Amino acid sequence: MREVVLPLILVAAVLVAALATAAGLIWLERRLLGLWQDRYGPNRVGPFGLAQVLADMIKILFKEDWIPPFSDKPVFVVAPAVVIVTVLMSFAVVPFSRHVMVVDLNVGLLFFLAFSSLGVYSVALAGWSSGNKYALLGSLRGVAQMLSYEVFMGLSLMGVVMLAGSYNLSAIVTAQRRVWFVIPQFFGFLAFLIAGVAETRRLPLDLPEAESELVAGYHTEYSSLKFGMFFVGEYMGVTLISAFITLLFFGGWRGPALPGIVWFCLKTGLFICFFILMRAALPRPRYDQLMTFAWKVMLPVTLLNLLATAAIVLAFIPRG
Amino acid sequence: MWSIVGALWKVFLHAFRKRRTVLYPEVRPHLPARWRGRIILSRDPSGKERCVACYLCAAACPVDCIALQAAQEPSGRRYPEFFRINFSRCIFCGFCEEACPTYAIQLTPDFEMGEWKRHDLVYEKEDLLISGPGKYQEYDFYRVSGALIEGKAAGEGFDDEPPVDIRRLLP
Repeated sequence: MREVVLPLILVAAVLVAALATAAGLIWLERRLLGLWQDRYGPNRVGPFGLAQVLADMIKILFKEDWIPPFSDKPVFVVAPAVVIVTVLMSFAVVPFSRHVMVVDLNVGLLFFLAFSSLGVYSVALAGWSSGNKYALLGSLRGVAQMLSYEVFMGLSLMGVVMLAGSYNLSAIVTAQRRVWFVIPQFFGFLAFLIAGVAETRRLPLDLPEAESELVAGYHTEYSSLKFGMFFVGEYMGVTLISAFITLLFFGGWRGPALPGIVWFCLKTGLFICFFILMRAALPRPRYDQLMTFAWKVMLPVTLLNLLATAAIVLAFIPRG
Repeated sequence: MWSIVGALWKVFLHAFRKRRTVLYPEVRPHLPARWRGRIILSRDPSGKERCVACYLCAAACPVDCIALQAAQEPSGRRYPEFFRINFSRCIFCGFCEEACPTYAIQLTPDFEMGEWKRHDLVYEKEDLLISGPGKYQEYDFYRVSGALIEGKAAGEGFDDEPPVDIRRLLP
């Protein structure tokens, strides 16, 4: 009985935590952007404007859920669900602390990479099924961007895997006993950060939705709860990438005095704030600049990083 | 590359700057005395309506939001029978104030005129009329002008000269 109920509770808790974080981020992002632009952001509804989340949710729930008659209906309905499912699946392998995790998968990192790749489908399907040229242009850009950045996203993590000698996420965290991997794998960290921004389609790499040129990109035709799902999916993606930066490069749950889960949440929160800071500070690059940067700068850098790491691991770390 | 890091750092430093927002209902903005806000009708120092119903404000109004009807007291004073401003049309340009020959219509530093019903934005004379002279405290049109009313014969006004007998030929 205990073996059945406890994991179920854990799964429910992770689900609720991920969704609550995504909802809270709507408020946090607006407040932080306000802070960095010398204004306040939402501060009227409830204490510190926290009930703004509730107000926004009630509002979006009561919006008209419109499916365009010229769209490919089944695909149009499924596409926003794909975002949520792929992101939530990746949360299954995240070790929140030494013992708190849904599954301790021995290929956890590959699982995460696989599901973040599957996330491309939501953009592609949403843009294609909308039957709208702006949506199609947005999804074209989105797919090209996500595929290009995925190439070196995976490669940038191989250095970490080499140093830890495992794809298991808790083993990777345990391997950072002496030194966080951000120091030996600094270029890997930079590459993963940039790829993470591109994967979640966040500013400054939000070309798929570029509202100044493509209306809203691939989710132009979406309204009400379906649009909300894209929104929540984006915020959960930010949380997920922040969690993985923490796990892979900043020692996961490791830290003095406080319990592991607190350290994990603190570090993840810090990276979420950094994502928002990037949105506040950086302009969007041109599409060709984005592609040039991925293939001509980041890919060679990650390959060189991989080569150097491999050489050092071979030369100095004895096999055992 | 370094410009990106610099931009991130500079924007981050804004976290410690003073916020520019004026939290309006709690903090009142400073409005200068000549602010063009809610329109009022003023009275002269003796407490009578300044408006002489000359229609100049209605003629000057670019959006035609002023409506009035002239009437005359037995004493000779002119006054508006009704005076109506539709504030849902008014653009607060201040042309009526400039057109007014008697300083009767004035714009005030007040902008909080929100209403739930559009109909409530139509102000009648009793809504517009205030008890005092507003700007130009001492000004009294009938004391200054040559217009004749009961209680003021020709030449009795401020700065008036005695009337000229136009039949005499002497200078």
